[in-house]
Amino acid sequence: MTDRNLPIGEDELQAFVDERLDGERRAAVEAHLAAHPDLAERIGTERRQRAMLRSRLDAKFAEPIPARLRIANLRATRRTSRARGWTSAAAAVAIFVCGATAGWFANGIAPASLPIAPTASVAHGAQAAYRTFVVEVAHPVEVGVQQEAHLLQWLSKRLGRKLAAPDLSSFGYRLMGGRLLPGGSGAAAQLMYDDASGRRLTIYVRATEGTETAFRFQREGEASTFAWIDQGFGFAVTAPASREELLPIAEAVYRGFDGKS
Amino acid sequence: MADAEALLEPLIPALRRYAYALVRDHDAADDLVQDTLERALSRWSLRRSDGDLRAWLFTILRNLHVSARRQGQRRGMHVELDEATSPSTRAQQESGLELQDILTTLDQLPEDQKSLLLLVGVEDLSYDDAAKIMGVPTGTVMSRLARGRQKLRALLETGRTTLLRRVK
Repeated sequence: MTDRNLPIGEDELQAFVDERLDGERRAAVEAHLAAHPDLAERIGTERRQRAMLRSRLDAKFAEPIPARLRIANLRATRRTSRARGWTSAAAAVAIFVCGATAGWFANGIAPASLPIAPTASVAHGAQAAYRTFVVEVAHPVEVGVQQEAHLLQWLSKRLGRKLAAPDLSSFGYRLMGGRLLPGGSGAAAQLMYDDASGRRLTIYVRATEGTETAFRFQREGEASTFAWIDQGFGFAVTAPASREELLPIAEAVYRGFDGKS
Repeated sequence: MADAEALLEPLIPALRRYAYALVRDHDAADDLVQDTLERALSRWSLRRSDGDLRAWLFTILRNLHVSARRQGQRRGMHVELDEATSPSTRAQQESGLELQDILTTLDQLPEDQKSLLLLVGVEDLSYDDAAKIMGVPTGTVMSRLARGRQKLRALLETGRTTLLRRVK
């Protein structure tokens, strides 16, 4: 029999619950529990609940792997089109998917959290700004299109990047004006457009970490957003439009900024 | 890359089980697993050959989940509260003792305790691997595990008391 006086710590009790103790220490814990009925009851409950949790999840584990998760299928769809997030627009605008967080993985599994994809963060900022200001009737913009030159000069100065207002008239959208917003660690600019029916579209720009990325599509309620990162800035185009309607506009905006940076 | 399929596929059932226990929705869980596998494939060459593949995949999955939750909270959506207050599934009813669904009860724990109960208690990861996945020292894993189990026990016992009282 093992010495009953050996100290039994909580760690060892947990290891007992997990059935990870070798024979000698397990015997010691069992002896300790035999002498402490209250503790024995608690540990017995914890063991039982651990077993319950396992059996509750057995059915999930036994399910066949769905086709969309088969590695061969995932590989086949990689680079062409992603079911969610990245789109084949990447190919259209000829920029590369470049893992901004790739370096993280080079360090193995130690770090605590994975940074949120910068494009996702830009898309969120853009959608929040869209939701806030697109419903605004009295003051949808801070500076109107009448002062376009002043607006663009002011926003360019605050962003630290020359900002032009892309011409979206071929899509039926005309510039209304723009405003300055807090965004990330600095400032963000929002340009607002509307069409004949009063639908509003915004272009959102802010400095951001990360390298060039493909377009990221995101839909929240009525509003769709395409976001991307180019030369240290995050861009997003948001409108109450379908993905198919918005994509050519996003491409036009991408080309517009690319040529003028 | 040829070995990726042979190495990854046997691990998919466990990833799906962990993801489902985390998000409690079959489709959302498979979305999470798909994101995890896509990320693993795109970083395949960067993976440390001496590292444990299983622990690496669980790390990716958990980090994606935590990021998504953080974003969801920022948007003001918190699904778990709804789940916590919804009537629990009576899957364990025939046992008579634990009437509450243990997964629903588990949802009421903080994410780190919940993840540890799953990674250690269900997925059988070592305490050291669990510590790496969570990015905390092994000692912290042990104390969180103890706290998580204590809380789960208390919640299940409260549920039982409430029910008994209702029956009276």
